[in-house]
Amino acid sequence: MWSLLRIELYKIFKRPRTYISFAAIWAIVSLIQLAIYVDGQRYMEFFMKDLAASFEIQGNMLNGYFVCFIILQTLLIHVPLLIALVAADMIAGEANMGTLRLLITKPVSRTKLMISKFLASAVYAVLLLVWMAILSLFLSMVIFGTDGMMNAKSYEIIILEKDDIFWRYALAFAYAAVALITVASLGFLLSVFAENAIGPIVATMSVIIVFTILSTMDIPLFQQVKHYFFTTHMIGWKGFFDVKVDADGNAIVGSIANLPAVLRSAGVLLAHTFLFTGAAILIFRKKDILS
Amino acid sequence: MFMRYTFLFILFFSVTSGFAQDDAMRLLQKVKAKMDRVNDYAATGKMRTDVVFIKAPVSNIRVYYKKPNRFKINRDGGISLLPKGGVSVNLNALMLTNDFTALDAGKATIAGKELRVIKLLPLQENSDVVLSTMYIDELRLLVLKTNTTTRENGTYEMEMQFGNYADYGLPDKVTFTFNTKDYKLPKGITLEFDDGSKQQQLPKNKKGRIEISYASYQVNKGVSDAMFK
Repeated sequence: MWSLLRIELYKIFKRPRTYISFAAIWAIVSLIQLAIYVDGQRYMEFFMKDLAASFEIQGNMLNGYFVCFIILQTLLIHVPLLIALVAADMIAGEANMGTLRLLITKPVSRTKLMISKFLASAVYAVLLLVWMAILSLFLSMVIFGTDGMMNAKSYEIIILEKDDIFWRYALAFAYAAVALITVASLGFLLSVFAENAIGPIVATMSVIIVFTILSTMDIPLFQQVKHYFFTTHMIGWKGFFDVKVDADGNAIVGSIANLPAVLRSAGVLLAHTFLFTGAAILIFRKKDILS
Repeated sequence: MFMRYTFLFILFFSVTSGFAQDDAMRLLQKVKAKMDRVNDYAATGKMRTDVVFIKAPVSNIRVYYKKPNRFKINRDGGISLLPKGGVSVNLNALMLTNDFTALDAGKATIAGKELRVIKLLPLQENSDVVLSTMYIDELRLLVLKTNTTTRENGTYEMEMQFGNYADYGLPDKVTFTFNTKDYKLPKGITLEFDDGSKQQQLPKNKKGRIEISYASYQVNKGVSDAMFK
């Protein structure tokens, strides 16, 4: 299995287009950092309009932790496209090149082959996320420094102490890895049905875009069904940035407001991953390979 | 006859109110003289924020003050939200920066203590403070409570408790009560995680409170200007 995985990883990272994703993330993160560095104050004024009417904000608001939060919020909706580029190409790409039939003539079971391909796309997703963490968190910490963070929700503001943030990011990135692997599994499943990678890539993105829009719209009908969309649970990483309060209403340092809900969402994503990957393996095992 | 009584009444009222005003001014001067002994201070303490839409932990703070009205609160390792208004949470600035006239408003009992009530009216027309009412302990020459109305930032109230640093007129605990405005951001911008918990209905225009408990002061040891940047 290990050698199969190494072969699949070699195939992924041999292709120049794989690195387009890494370059794209570097470009987007750098541009956001530049924009915040040059004009971040005005962005903050817009964001904190209501609050600034009553309060003076003291401290370094535009610090590395806050910048990373903005980048993650922006990027985690778009990174699935970059994941789909590779995951949806795993089977369809081979079929398109005509190497799939040759591949399954090797003395390796189809199940093992599929698992190694899925694991390779999961490793790619995690590496992309690690790259994003290096740029958006660590580089932002170097450029903007560190301080406490303000998490502005629609109806409340959560203030986090400087020493109470880094571990939340570690968990948030781990959660984001689970979410991106779910996207990879969806692309992987759709890849089984096609002989050209474009179809599954577009289909994966369409599913994510449609579900994300429906779950974001504040319309009662969509609010009732949004918990069935896996995209609703993809932003569960934000749950790590909310805190519990004690009887006096003071935030408890080191707490997570609703950990069971975050774990439940992670469970939903994992269940989708097993469902999509399992379905892909089952279908592929029975598929008549003609290309 | 009637004219004579009216004249005497006006004369009596003017004289007594003049005395009362002088008396109020004298008491205030004494309180000011006591507070004037403080040129600067650096203090440590804890700050508690009680605003309906803010979740903030009790935090360690460092407070810096320099005459006449420079005041800064630094939260250790974090961001702090302080109610707007330059004189917020700081009695010295309120007392020492404004040219004002003082009016005696009688006496009031707060927490079993009889206090002198003095109203301060700023003389400058462009002053942000419109009216300030002070409740003063005449024996100890300490301001225990103020109620201030401003042009821009509404009305706020300060209650002080004194202990170890009462000789300087510096409180051990300050409770600052102020009006808050509503807070709301569109969900489309915040893209928040719905954890299924029911969002509680926040009361409108509830008062916010900030409590500062001072642990120690370093008085007149010099405070660098860099602390106020």
